[in-house]
Amino acid sequence: MTVMGRYLLRRLLIAIPSLLGISVVLFTVLALAPGDPFGELATNPSIPPEVRMALREKFGIDDPVAIRYVRWITAMLQGDWGFSFASRINVDTLILQRLPATLFVIGSAQVLALMIAIPVGVYAATRPYSLFDQISSTLAFVGFSLPTFFTGLLLILIFSVQLDWLPFVYRADIDAAGWRWYWEHFRQAVMPITVLGLFLGASMTRYVRSAVLDVIRLDYVTTARAKGLGERVVIVKHVVRNALIPVVTLVALQMPAIFGGAIVTEQIFRIPGIGSLLISAILANDTPVIMAVTFVFACLVVFFNLIADVLYGWLDPRITLA
Amino acid sequence: MAEPLLEIRGLKTHFTTEDGIVQAVDGVDISIARGETLGVVGESGCGKTVTALSVLKLIAMPPGRIVAGQILYQGRDLAPLSTAEMDRIRAKDIAMVFQEPMTSLNPVYTIGEQIAEVLRRHEGLSRKAALERTIEMLRLVQIPNPDKRVHDYPHQFSGGMRQRVMIAMALSCSPKLLIADEPTTALDVTIQAQILELLQEMKSRFGMAIMLITHAMGVVAETAQRVVVMYAGKVIEEAPVEALFADPKHPYTQGLIRSIPRIDTAATRKARLEAIPGVVPSLLKPPPGCRFAARCKHAMPRCRDAVPPLLDVGGVLAAPCVLYQPEMAA
Amino acid sequence: MVEPQRAARQFSPWLDAWRRFRRHRLAVASAVILVAMILSILFAPLVWKVAINDIDFTARMQTPSWQHPFGTDDLGQDLLARMLYGGRISLAVGLSAMVVALTVGTIIGAVAGMSRRWVGPALMWLTDLFLSLPALPLLLLVIYLFRDALKAAFGPEGGVFVMIVVVIGGLRWMPVARLVRAQFLSLREKEFVEAARALGASKVRQVVRHILPNALGPVIVAATIDVAAAIIAESTLSFLGLGFPPDIPTWGRILYDAKDYLDIAPHWALFPGAAIFLTVLSINFIGDGLRDALDPRRVM
Repeated sequence: MTVMGRYLLRRLLIAIPSLLGISVVLFTVLALAPGDPFGELATNPSIPPEVRMALREKFGIDDPVAIRYVRWITAMLQGDWGFSFASRINVDTLILQRLPATLFVIGSAQVLALMIAIPVGVYAATRPYSLFDQISSTLAFVGFSLPTFFTGLLLILIFSVQLDWLPFVYRADIDAAGWRWYWEHFRQAVMPITVLGLFLGASMTRYVRSAVLDVIRLDYVTTARAKGLGERVVIVKHVVRNALIPVVTLVALQMPAIFGGAIVTEQIFRIPGIGSLLISAILANDTPVIMAVTFVFACLVVFFNLIADVLYGWLDPRITLA
Repeated sequence: MAEPLLEIRGLKTHFTTEDGIVQAVDGVDISIARGETLGVVGESGCGKTVTALSVLKLIAMPPGRIVAGQILYQGRDLAPLSTAEMDRIRAKDIAMVFQEPMTSLNPVYTIGEQIAEVLRRHEGLSRKAALERTIEMLRLVQIPNPDKRVHDYPHQFSGGMRQRVMIAMALSCSPKLLIADEPTTALDVTIQAQILELLQEMKSRFGMAIMLITHAMGVVAETAQRVVVMYAGKVIEEAPVEALFADPKHPYTQGLIRSIPRIDTAATRKARLEAIPGVVPSLLKPPPGCRFAARCKHAMPRCRDAVPPLLDVGGVLAAPCVLYQPEMAA
Repeated sequence: MVEPQRAARQFSPWLDAWRRFRRHRLAVASAVILVAMILSILFAPLVWKVAINDIDFTARMQTPSWQHPFGTDDLGQDLLARMLYGGRISLAVGLSAMVVALTVGTIIGAVAGMSRRWVGPALMWLTDLFLSLPALPLLLLVIYLFRDALKAAFGPEGGVFVMIVVVIGGLRWMPVARLVRAQFLSLREKEFVEAARALGASKVRQVVRHILPNALGPVIVAATIDVAAAIIAESTLSFLGLGFPPDIPTWGRILYDAKDYLDIAPHWALFPGAAIFLTVLSINFIGDGLRDALDPRRVM
């Protein structure tokens, strides 16, 4: 197996206990909760008795905690996530339906954030305390101090209410064809992606600036300059490449927080993703959905951490070739 | 006399800090002839590294500034040049080797890439040609298995090996002057000897001049032809190496040489190691007059007022010291 | 580079830190603004004695006027009074959550830092685990599951307050723990601690008198950020309709009520939003100033 392959395997083997650990925490929270989270079961007439019985058995309400956990986690890992009270379909179908919208918004927002943060951060770091640096720093602070729900509302106020340029209700199924379909999709996606992207970009800009400043004063940058390579090559080839390493780690570490932002944006812009699903499930007391969505969020965090590990190993030869 | 390769005249490099202006290099004159090895010695903080970095304009220019002076390379003044113009001279005409081999190489690129990029940049070589030349250079600096090791990363080499890589990198475009800033200080003693030997070999092969900066008198004695002694941002003595060790003129140089532990005297005389009392003066507000006056046992009241210029003493440029200019002591 | 020798002058670390803080103009301005906000939140209700739930259908959704400086909402309730009340809650939540995070984090970090056997790595694994937990979903989950029980135990407001503070604080101790542990690891081997040990100082004494004071700098900065994060978390929960009970006018809740009336009564949403923004912004700037003051990393 290649060196990278072995490294991947090692990281995977570490990811699994993490996932299990998180699932234990989730399950503990559920188990500690007083009352019967499946109280709905008894009162909701639309749930057939067999389903009710099956659910009680699966969650083994009357069994000791450890056994309930094992049963629950095996069910989860097998993709058997139960049945939604409110929507009356299987939870896994429901989640799979809604997941793409969330991933699309989060992914695009992250891309937008990087497209802002890297150029601005690098430029600000090469001219520290200059006017550009001070202005971009202040804007960055403003950016991550503005809560996403407020920015979202402001944008809706300006662009949907006052100017009527953009729709503020997201529709996953747009009946239009060809370019018009893309254009409509773009129009409705631009505000939520901007809100989330600017927020992420703001904190990332400061981090990139800080990472570049850390690298720029290292000895090997002086060496690169002494080789007469030209300041631009020194910055782009030698500095940024090294500064990107901690930035990748940051993107991965921010994942748990990004999902929070996604939940809020999905609520405001009524995007049919798993964030808004979580909220509506809470309001409807739909426990299986709540558990499953939280579990999915946890899996996504572990998954993206793994991707970050891989990127990190690829970017920094010291890790894989120790 | 042939025109010197590098002539530094009256160089002043100052740093603006939150406590004031640090006059790190304050009026330094140094010249190096073609093919000559010049040793620059002095204790930490005397300004020798800053002088070297000033030559290649590697000083961080916001806090640092070349306030005055000329840096004449082959007659052309480098001081007013922009960094873009300096880039044409760096590595191609004047190259530099640094003190810390463990941190002076970029960890994410192979050593082959780091050497090849110099060749491609300054000599316009193709990737393939640059790789071949790189392997040649590695072989020259005695890295075993150069054709395999060229694809390795810096962390896969020991300190001594990395320093060899640095030397290969610096010499790849056959520069006329190599500035070596404490090239052996961070290495083990046995490796130190090897690196110094390597430098001598490279010199005889490439014929370049070397500006060897160090605080170790032993290194200077072994490798330099002429020596410049710096103290508190100024040059206080300049002499051919034998003359310097045989008959040091400036009280500071005398103190330096007397403080070298000697095996022969230690065995016969039970004498204490001679140290120079006192500490280096602050470069924020340097004392007027001679900067060594506070620690000098020959100090006279005159010393604190003015410093005589570097003078010719007995046919050799030597110490700016009142001892040698009795007319000033009067 | 050359090290400038320090001229002899009064050298006190706290004085130095204060001097450095003063140089960060935005931080100083923010401190002034924040103190002004806190003072008005604490003392203005003594002057502005309008009730927060005075329903007055004749004064619905009025824009700011002398009678109602911040306008009114759809039930004619005075927004200024409601905002002042909400401010108190935000402050209380922010500070309490920070205290929880700081306490838990410092204890765990200290224990992990001082231990030499498996306890340290085990605690660090736990820290990493908690760092991977998705914060908001977990927060929502806990609120969903425990809301009723806590209401029964502490009353509706108290219950939610306890739950929010514990959970928010309980999800923010990890950076503090890491910082504290790092400080401990680097300081416990330092000479002055060894000296204390040689003089017979017990472990606790070593920790409290010698190590903790040095770790204080970065921890103070982290604590400041925690307050801002807690305020945002609480506002987010209220905005999603899942925080304090509906009759409690936290800033997030006011926004939740206002969001459907953006077109006809934008002032209703703008005031609470701006308040949250200003508070968090000031805290962030102050945190930055503190970082410059206590943990200076000179660029040049």
